[in-house]
Amino acid sequence: MSRYFTEDHEWIDVDGDTGTVGISDYAQGQLGDIVFVEVPDAGRSLSKGDEAAVVESVKAASDVYSPVSGNVLEGNPALTDEPALVNSDPEGDGWFFKITLSDASELDALMDETAYAAFVAKL
Amino acid sequence: MSDTPILHHGGTHEDDGFEPLEILTLPLDAWHRAKGGRMVEFAGYHMPVQYEGIMAEHLWTRENAGLFDVSHMGQLSITGEGVATALEALMPAAISDAPLNKARYSLLLNEEGGVLDDLMLTPQAADRIYMVVNGATKYDDVAHLVEHLPDDITLNMMEDHALLAVQGPKAVEAVARLVPGVAALTFMQAGAFEWNGHALWISRSGYTGEDGVEMSVPAEAAEAFADALVAQPEIKPIGLGARDSLRLEAGLPLYGHDLDPAITPVQADLGFALFKRRREAADFPGAARILAERENGPATKRVGLLVEGRQPVREGADVVDTTGAVVGRVTSGGFAPTVGAPIAMAYVPLADAAPGTVVTLSQRGKAHRATVTAMPFVPHRYFRGVK
Repeated sequence: MSRYFTEDHEWIDVDGDTGTVGISDYAQGQLGDIVFVEVPDAGRSLSKGDEAAVVESVKAASDVYSPVSGNVLEGNPALTDEPALVNSDPEGDGWFFKITLSDASELDALMDETAYAAFVAKL
Repeated sequence: MSDTPILHHGGTHEDDGFEPLEILTLPLDAWHRAKGGRMVEFAGYHMPVQYEGIMAEHLWTRENAGLFDVSHMGQLSITGEGVATALEALMPAAISDAPLNKARYSLLLNEEGGVLDDLMLTPQAADRIYMVVNGATKYDDVAHLVEHLPDDITLNMMEDHALLAVQGPKAVEAVARLVPGVAALTFMQAGAFEWNGHALWISRSGYTGEDGVEMSVPAEAAEAFADALVAQPEIKPIGLGARDSLRLEAGLPLYGHDLDPAITPVQADLGFALFKRRREAADFPGAARILAERENGPATKRVGLLVEGRQPVREGADVVDTTGAVVGRVTSGGFAPTVGAPIAMAYVPLADAAPGTVVTLSQRGKAHRATVTAMPFVPHRYFRGVK
């Protein structure tokens, strides 16, 4: 399984043609206390860069963009009752949605963990 | 992922495209950074938005005491013979017959009765008024005052003073250890005190709904005094993020958001700021319009809203009627840590302003139901004295 990151701080774990998407630990730290997450419904078709989810902290709302094109398999139901999972486990249980990739070559434009760490270090 | 701004610039400057040429630093800038404060630009200054997190800081303040640096606000000393009467020409408070050392909330009004700023004023002597105004509007306020006050009234902007607020149920107990006598003040009472040889002006007030004090401190003593305050076990430094969620829960309007020059005191539900003597004399700016609105009801009115579900509805969302037409707007909104749910303030048509009325809000294409509720959302805990 490989993990990729976007410059907008989404991450995607890819296993075969299935991706799991969330926001990075850096992003949750910037947002602060997460109080609400709206995830996409199963079956929704997304293009790379589409607004896929909304994450709300105490003070601000932010869009989460899909790092790849494809069809949504499921949104994370746990975030409805416990949005703070994004703070406590952003790159694990706090994932946002799973997606079936329609074009795996889109991953080539994303960063690996090392490149993302270097990207964040410059911010 | 995209960030929307955490704190708005605020004030009238937002509307006329004002950009500060330079972001300024305040006396406690280095102190905040050393304490781990996350600094943002606010009202032209670098200010701490949070330390450990807005939620934790908010709840700490409600249970213990928080130290807020509000030095971006404008502190004015206005002096001269007849200063109280001169100021009455610009705002609806009774000032000339007010007791000394008693703070009053008032509103700087334009000729149409719109709110130019909300402020606190305290008569310190027959010829001297201390006034605290909003940071984003302070230079506009000064220009307005200079233009309209008689030439023999002198206005001193106290830029060599920091302003620190300690707020929360344990605030006064903790501050009194450093400043004996402060516990004798009751809500809105003020007086001169001293700490380590430095003169302080302290008022038992704040803008969080909690008991507490606001303290004007000479800039050179601000760091040492802040250190002494946070050395008290009850007091932690708190950022502007939690200050905003606390004042929202307290039902208090924020200038540049819930108040602006197009809004009158009656629309803003600030009728208590219209003093009886002034109403009877009808001698403040915009009096004819304001008194007519008071008599007949304003077209729209500021109300509190409990928002259904978990998603916050924020400033800028529309209030819509059953046909989807926009009939009002949300002016403040967010997640309320003490309430544990999203709350908001909005302007709604008078017919929808009664508590219990269900209204529909529209945000980014999504409808949210909300119920008009009496404010404050969290009861005030001001200390009005032992009965």
